[in-house]
Amino acid sequence: MSVLVDKTDLSLKYTAHYNEVKDELFANSSDILNAQRKKAFQNFVLQGIPTRKNENYKYTNLNPAFVPDFKFIHTREEKKADMSEVFRCDVPQLNTNLALVFNGWFYKNETEKGDLPEGVILDSLESISKERPELLEKYASLANVEEDPMVALNTAFAKDGFFLYVPKNVVVESPVQIINLLQDEKDTFSTQRNFILVEDGAKVQVLLCDHTLNLNQYLNNSVTEIFAGNNAEVEFYTLQNQHNKATNINSVFIDQQRDSRVTTHTASLHGGLIRNNLQFALNGENAEAHMFGMAFMDKKQHVDNFTQVIHAAPHCESNQIYKNVLDEKSTGAFSGRIHVVRDAQKTNAFQRNNNLLLTDEATMQTKPQLIIDADDVKCSHGATVGQIDEEALFYLRARGINEDQARLMMMNAFAHEVVKEIKLEPLRDRIDELVDKRLKGEVSRCHDCAYQCDC
Amino acid sequence: MLKIKDLYASVEGMEILKGINLEVKPGEVHAIMGPNGSGKSTLANVLAGKEDYEITKGEVIFEGEDLLDKSPEERAKEGIFLSFQYPVEIPGVPMVNFLKTSVNEHRKHKGLKELTAGEFLKLMREKMDLVDMHTKLTNRMVNEGFSGGEKKKNEIFQMALLEPKLAILDETDSGLDIDALKTVANGVNALKSPERSTIVVTHYQRLLDYIVPDFVHILYQGKIVKTAGKELALHLEEKGYDWIKSENGN
Repeated sequence: MSVLVDKTDLSLKYTAHYNEVKDELFANSSDILNAQRKKAFQNFVLQGIPTRKNENYKYTNLNPAFVPDFKFIHTREEKKADMSEVFRCDVPQLNTNLALVFNGWFYKNETEKGDLPEGVILDSLESISKERPELLEKYASLANVEEDPMVALNTAFAKDGFFLYVPKNVVVESPVQIINLLQDEKDTFSTQRNFILVEDGAKVQVLLCDHTLNLNQYLNNSVTEIFAGNNAEVEFYTLQNQHNKATNINSVFIDQQRDSRVTTHTASLHGGLIRNNLQFALNGENAEAHMFGMAFMDKKQHVDNFTQVIHAAPHCESNQIYKNVLDEKSTGAFSGRIHVVRDAQKTNAFQRNNNLLLTDEATMQTKPQLIIDADDVKCSHGATVGQIDEEALFYLRARGINEDQARLMMMNAFAHEVVKEIKLEPLRDRIDELVDKRLKGEVSRCHDCAYQCDC
Repeated sequence: MLKIKDLYASVEGMEILKGINLEVKPGEVHAIMGPNGSGKSTLANVLAGKEDYEITKGEVIFEGEDLLDKSPEERAKEGIFLSFQYPVEIPGVPMVNFLKTSVNEHRKHKGLKELTAGEFLKLMREKMDLVDMHTKLTNRMVNEGFSGGEKKKNEIFQMALLEPKLAILDETDSGLDIDALKTVANGVNALKSPERSTIVVTHYQRLLDYIVPDFVHILYQGKIVKTAGKELALHLEEKGYDWIKSENGN
């Protein structure tokens, strides 16, 4: 059977599915979410499942990830996980406001109230979009369904996810932590739609932990829109720790207004196929954006970080550092696009991607891209792909440090440049430890939760 | 302590060492001199276990055991220390972590208890005085941003921490001004003991004013062509290497 026939069949399968569950999708959902569905699905069909023919997915073919006969969860199910167990998961020494997203559906932490300041809302998108529609005026305004088929598919299927609102000038002291769990008896397709609204002068840190709890196949397609108002400050951490049969497509869109500062950290520790789309739009003067990413891949894992920074206002600064350690037959890709639009003068944009290949079979594709339509800007980019420095390795060994340990020291050193940028100290220590375990080949868990899956 | 017998080594098919014979007894200081390209650094690297070289013939016995079978880390732990000609910078690896790991690997090998962070810092401070090592350097990443002189000092500092049986100083004097040269030499001399031996690999005589050798060997085209006392170094300084070349048929 030709690939072409396969592809057509798959698209047809999804069209048939949409038609079949249309009523279920619209049922019990808010007007805000429902208003986008039809157009979004049409856009998905128009663009198709992304393959290498799609310029933005040049290094990641998603077609095989769509093949399994997935179960879809378009209606909230009875909780199957024991919440008190789930909420034991945490980062030691880190007081967080915990919430759970289970197979794409938000569940409140009923056992612990947390210490969110007055006016801050951490709730399900499903209910807030019905009860407080005014807070979701900008829903789907960043995540453009015409530009990415996965965003289109997410918008068509979106029913829930987490919603976070931090009102003007409110500073949230303890980080908000969202635990994202995938667990079902069947291979499951999960859709998650998140929305974060941080008003002028407000400040918040968000930590997202992605996990799979059994060995079934998962395809998770999530979209997060983040709005940072004037002088707002947001730190957004994502820790991806799934298994080899999980596909994680994670699209994050950020709008920054004047004087705002947003930092993202994406740590990919485990996952069969990980695609991170990250788009920053610097729409107000003097905004500052920092993007950090690290990935540790082995076996046949694949990670693809696709970043776009749009400098739409003058005097803004953006800074990206992405590092990958690729072992065995793993593959990686990094595409970073910086677009400085006309009149965005005095832009300062910086990008770097460094990669360490541990075997001859691991491969890395890296593609920086600058589009500059202003004339008074400072932009730089750099990329390296290399092996462990043999001279340095010999130096360490000549001091009595055995080869494995010396390699480990050097890999940790490579990653540390990114790890040290994590401002939350307990999280930084935790990630340091996880990276160390990951590099040692031990299974690393980002929490002490009771789930002992062998994934 | 160290016996090198008829050692041949090549790199990428090119023969560099062509039958080296050398014996170093405890407490002795041997200088190995020779023109550029004679194989001095190769000999130092082969002894430390660098894998780029292929040993085609001969043997090296260290403390009664075959050295060539051992990995670089085993050699180090058994007491061989190479002070590198060009110490590498290792960004991201903090000096203190590196030194502590190294010291503790040596201690484990000797069956000693590993040092705690506190104990290690105390030891480090003691040894830092020896070579006038500054905390601004130990607080950095391994050799990162060190000047040429600071890198060499750092080598001798590590030697002081590890207290090797046999130290091989590969061109330790290159790139040093006279003050740094004295500091480094003082460090080496302070570590001298009747059990500890040193091989000083150098192109110039000046380091030997400070580290006085018992024997001077001239290495030329992969062979030791002359061995004598310290006066040989002075002779070389005066006459250069040309007479060696003409004596050996070039």
